[in-house]
Amino acid sequence: MSEVLKPASAGTMESSDALVELEPAQGHQIQLTSVVEAQFGDAIRAVAEELLDRFGLTDVCLRIDDRGALECVLRARIETAILRAKGEN
Amino acid sequence: MDKVVHSLREAIELAGVKSGMTVSFHHHMRNGDFVLNMVMEELAQMGVKNLTVNASSVFDCHRPLIDHIRSGVVTKLCCNYMAAGVGRAISAGLMDTPVEFRTHGGRPADIVSGRTPIDVAFIAAPTADTMGNCTGKIGKSACGSLGYAYADAMYAKKVVVITDNLVPYPLTERSIDETYIDYVVPVEAIGDPAGIVSGTTKITRDPVGLVMAETAAKVIQASGLLKDGFSFQTGAGGATLAAAKYLKDIMLRDNIHGSFGLGGITGYMVDMLNAGCFQKLLDVQCFDLKAVESIRQNPNHSEVSAMHYASPDAKSAAVDSLDVVLLGATEVDLGFNVNVHTDSSGSIMGGSGGHSDTAAGAKLAMIIAPLSRARLPIVRDRVQCISTPGSTIDVLVTQRGVAVNPARPELKKALEDARLPVCSIEELKARAEAICGTPRAVRHGKKVVADVIYRDGTVIDQLYNVE
Repeated sequence: MSEVLKPASAGTMESSDALVELEPAQGHQIQLTSVVEAQFGDAIRAVAEELLDRFGLTDVCLRIDDRGALECVLRARIETAILRAKGEN
Repeated sequence: MDKVVHSLREAIELAGVKSGMTVSFHHHMRNGDFVLNMVMEELAQMGVKNLTVNASSVFDCHRPLIDHIRSGVVTKLCCNYMAAGVGRAISAGLMDTPVEFRTHGGRPADIVSGRTPIDVAFIAAPTADTMGNCTGKIGKSACGSLGYAYADAMYAKKVVVITDNLVPYPLTERSIDETYIDYVVPVEAIGDPAGIVSGTTKITRDPVGLVMAETAAKVIQASGLLKDGFSFQTGAGGATLAAAKYLKDIMLRDNIHGSFGLGGITGYMVDMLNAGCFQKLLDVQCFDLKAVESIRQNPNHSEVSAMHYASPDAKSAAVDSLDVVLLGATEVDLGFNVNVHTDSSGSIMGGSGGHSDTAAGAKLAMIIAPLSRARLPIVRDRVQCISTPGSTIDVLVTQRGVAVNPARPELKKALEDARLPVCSIEELKARAEAICGTPRAVRHGKKVVADVIYRDGTVIDQLYNVE
């Protein structure tokens, strides 16, 4: 992972949205708080892992503050944050 | 002789509150109430323990109750509604004795019959005279109707009126009269007007809410009940208010003259009365300032007691004459059972109030709810809590379809004939899960934190602690 990441974010704290923040780190970690943690926590983490994987990000901290976003919204927010971190958006 | 006592402490001593007794409160001061907290604080300072608090509703402003429970002053709670502020603590397992939830009709029925006797009732009165005649219609803390307080006043062994507007005898515009009252205590303030009633009730602008509301109004029209003499109750939520607006438009356009509007009354129901949609309003509780002003000034806007509103033991109650009620839900299951007690994690944040009373009484009981809220589908295999049994619910209206209880085939046909988007409740569940995913079932603990008592006295469900 040679790419230089800068801190970036996407999304809002509105109900049914999520605020996603991304910054460079040692190793990769996902910090999730969600109003639907009990019902969808694992599903949200799986989506986050999949996207970090797909974009090849290994040394990154991803914070998700989820207010009950649908999976498509969550994917859009995480992808946007990643592209912004990579300077592509 | 008069009944005025100059301190709350003295009134409590005269009324003879002792450890192990039951004290009661009503909730017309809503989230601005000072009376429950001021009485419980005084009782705590007097060293009284092991009390049962029977309050028609518990709001977030009553969070000091949590400390009174921890210190043993309060060991049992009975109520019809509990907001999340205290509800979360109860769901965490705060109490050893389960909370008893009743309905707005079941509570007074149990008080009248002696099943839940009250030793001392405390009445928050926006105006009272020196002998205890009292009303909610006037005074700086005016709340309108005092409907929930009647059973307490009439059947408690001792009754203390607490007022912030003491007037000379006799107060002729009384709601509750002096024959029931033992003591009158003047205080500086019985509540915070900003919390007692909201200044305005707003109709939703959310497009999803508007679609549901318009569909709900069309369902009422298609049901065949919308004709002269029509009677109606609706809640104060944004979408149900919007449905009332669409209904009003239809009634005015088609020149339909209803008989009465019922329940907790909002300014919107007052507008419908004034526009000629109804001849009368029967009001157990005012939700906003416009309703308070109307009940004070308009003789067609009439106060009713909780017994008259909804008691299952009364020879008749107003809910028995109701055509249509429009209700909300946090969850509905495939059997049309409705949860209004807990959030989707099982934590207490509400209660039946008049939900199951009106559903049982009305000819058409409608639930209006979005297909999902914050990724959680509204329709579940089984609700976290059965607040209102599915046998009393006729139809569920969402923005993506209308599901009719299979026990009502004639209603289903009427809605289909009106080209409304009718589908099965299973279909609504599938549509929601296609968008949201299937939520994992929430695990609850093993400790019973509340019994949900249906209006006929049966324990219809039990709530467990949330881990």
